[in-house]
Amino acid sequence: MKRLLELLEEDSTLTVHELAVMLNMTDEEVAEQIRKLEHDGVINGYHALINWEKSNENYASALIELRVTPQKNVGFDDIAQQISRFPEVESVYLVSGGYDLMVCISAPTMQEVALFVQKRLATMDGIFSTATHFVLTRYKERNVNFNSPETRNDERGSNICD
Amino acid sequence: MIDYSTILNPQVQALKPSGIRRFFDIASEMDDVISLSIGEPDFTTPWHIREEGIRSLEKGKTWYSPNRGFEQLRTEISRYMDRRYGLVYDQKSQVLVTVGGSEAIDMALRALVCPGDEVIIVEPSFVCYDPLTRMAGGVPVSIATTEETKFRLTAAQLEAAITPKTKLLVLPFPSNPTGAVLRRKDLEEIAAVVRRHNLFVLSDEIYAELTYGSELHVSIAQMEGMQERTVVINGFSKTYAMTGWRLGFAVGPAEVIGQMTKLHQFGIMSAPTMAQYAAIEALKNGDSDIEYMREQYDMRRRLIVDRLNAMGLTCFEPEGAFYVFPSIKSTGLTSEEFCERLIYSHRVAVIPGSAFGECGNGYVRISYAYSIRNIQQALDRIEAFLQEL
Repeated sequence: MKRLLELLEEDSTLTVHELAVMLNMTDEEVAEQIRKLEHDGVINGYHALINWEKSNENYASALIELRVTPQKNVGFDDIAQQISRFPEVESVYLVSGGYDLMVCISAPTMQEVALFVQKRLATMDGIFSTATHFVLTRYKERNVNFNSPETRNDERGSNICD
Repeated sequence: MIDYSTILNPQVQALKPSGIRRFFDIASEMDDVISLSIGEPDFTTPWHIREEGIRSLEKGKTWYSPNRGFEQLRTEISRYMDRRYGLVYDQKSQVLVTVGGSEAIDMALRALVCPGDEVIIVEPSFVCYDPLTRMAGGVPVSIATTEETKFRLTAAQLEAAITPKTKLLVLPFPSNPTGAVLRRKDLEEIAAVVRRHNLFVLSDEIYAELTYGSELHVSIAQMEGMQERTVVINGFSKTYAMTGWRLGFAVGPAEVIGQMTKLHQFGIMSAPTMAQYAAIEALKNGDSDIEYMREQYDMRRRLIVDRLNAMGLTCFEPEGAFYVFPSIKSTGLTSEEFCERLIYSHRVAVIPGSAFGECGNGYVRISYAYSIRNIQQALDRIEAFLQEL
C-alpha cells in the first residue's frame, strides 16, 4: 500500500497495469486498492507539478503566518475552514510555534496577493496578526528539484565499456 | 614520418576496440536521442556519502593512502564480507582497495596468469576480461551461455571447456549484460568442477547487491573449499552509485592479494583518498541506500520486461544487475543491424548483444538505469519501430 502511494505521489500518470507490474500485483488488485484509497480520502487528486516561473504566465505566491484567536468548542477549525474557501488559498496548515496558521496563497501578481491579505484575510474576525512572506524563487517542490544541475542533464555516457 | 605500427606493441594493437563505442558516437551526434544504453546508475551518490568525501577535503586529507587502502576502510570491507556472506578476510593481508573493480580484475589476472595459461571467460559478459587476459599473457577461452539455461554457466559447460592448460575461471555474475545470476545450487556444482581440476576463480561480483527476488546474492567463495581458491571482486560504483569515485576492492587469499598489491603499488600507488573516506561512510551507514536503489531498479525491471514481452521481444527475466537482454531474433536482424536501424529511425540507443561476445548476437542490451519516464518513452519508440519493420 505504501509503495503504491509512493509511486502515485511521484507519477500519477502511471497506468494501473504499469503499477501492477512494478508492484508484482494483479491489475485488479491495484485498481481495487486505488478505488479504496480514493474512497477513503487517502488519495485526493492527481495533479501536475508546474514550475510557473518557467511559464510565461504571471504568478506570485506568498506564505502567510496568521495569529488567530481560537474559538470556543471549535478551536481553530472554523476559521481555518473559512480561509480555505478562498480560491486564492492553496493550502492551510495549523502549525506549532510562534503563530497558528500557515496559509499559502497565489495570484497573478504580488499586488493581488497583497490586496487579498489586506482586504480578505486581515479583516476577518478572530485574526489578530498577519505576516506575509512573498516567495522569491522555488528551488524544490514536492520532492522535485527545480533547476538543479544534477537533474537537468544526463551527463553519463562518456564511458565506453560499461 | 614515424611508422607507429612498428613501435607500438602489436599485442595492444591487435586488441579490438569496444563494440559499445560506436553507438555512443552515433548517439552523441544526434538530437533527441533517448538512451537506454548506459551501464551506470542514474542515481547520484547519496548525500551523506558525498559529504564525507567533501569533509575529507575540507580537513586537508589530500595525501596518498597506504597502498592497500586505509586500514579503516579495509576493516569495513572485511566486516561487510562477514556480515553479508559469512566470509572472514583479514583486513591486513586479504583485502586490497583498488581504483574501481576494473583495476582489481586487471591486477588479479596479471598476478595469476602465466604465459599460455587458459582463462575461461563466461560470455556474454563485460568487455574487459578478454583483452586483459591477453595482456597478461593468457589465452581466453570463452564459454557461450544461452537463454535456455537462463544465461547461467553450467557445470557441464565448464567441464567441457577445461584442458590441462586451464588456470582460471572468470565468473561474472550477476551478469552484465544478461542480468543472469547464479544460485547456490549452480555454484555448488561449478565449485565441484573447479576443485576437481584444481582451478582458481576470479569472481566479479560488482553487481552483487543488485540481485532481485527473495534470495540474496551468493558468492562462490562461500562454497566449501572455495575461499582459498577465489578472488572476489566488488566495489562501490554500482552498489552505492559511486562510479565516478573510482573505488573497488578485491578480497582473497593473502598470497594472491599480496602479489596484486605489489602490482597495484607500482602501477597505481593507492586508490583516491577522498573516495576512500566516502566509502567508509557508505559501508557504515549505506545499507538503506542500497535497499532503496534496489527497490527502484526492481520496479523498473518488472516494467521493462513486461513491456518488451508484450511487444514481442521475448525477454528472459533478469534477476540481477540493471540490464535486460531481450532476443531480437524474431525481427530477422542481427544485433548490430537492429541497433543501428533503431537509432537512426527512432532515436533510441541500446547496445548490440554482440558487443559482449559472439554468443550475444541475436540479443540487445537494454539498461534500466534510467527514470521510469525515460524508459516509457524509449519503449514507446521501440514499439513503433517494431511495428514498422
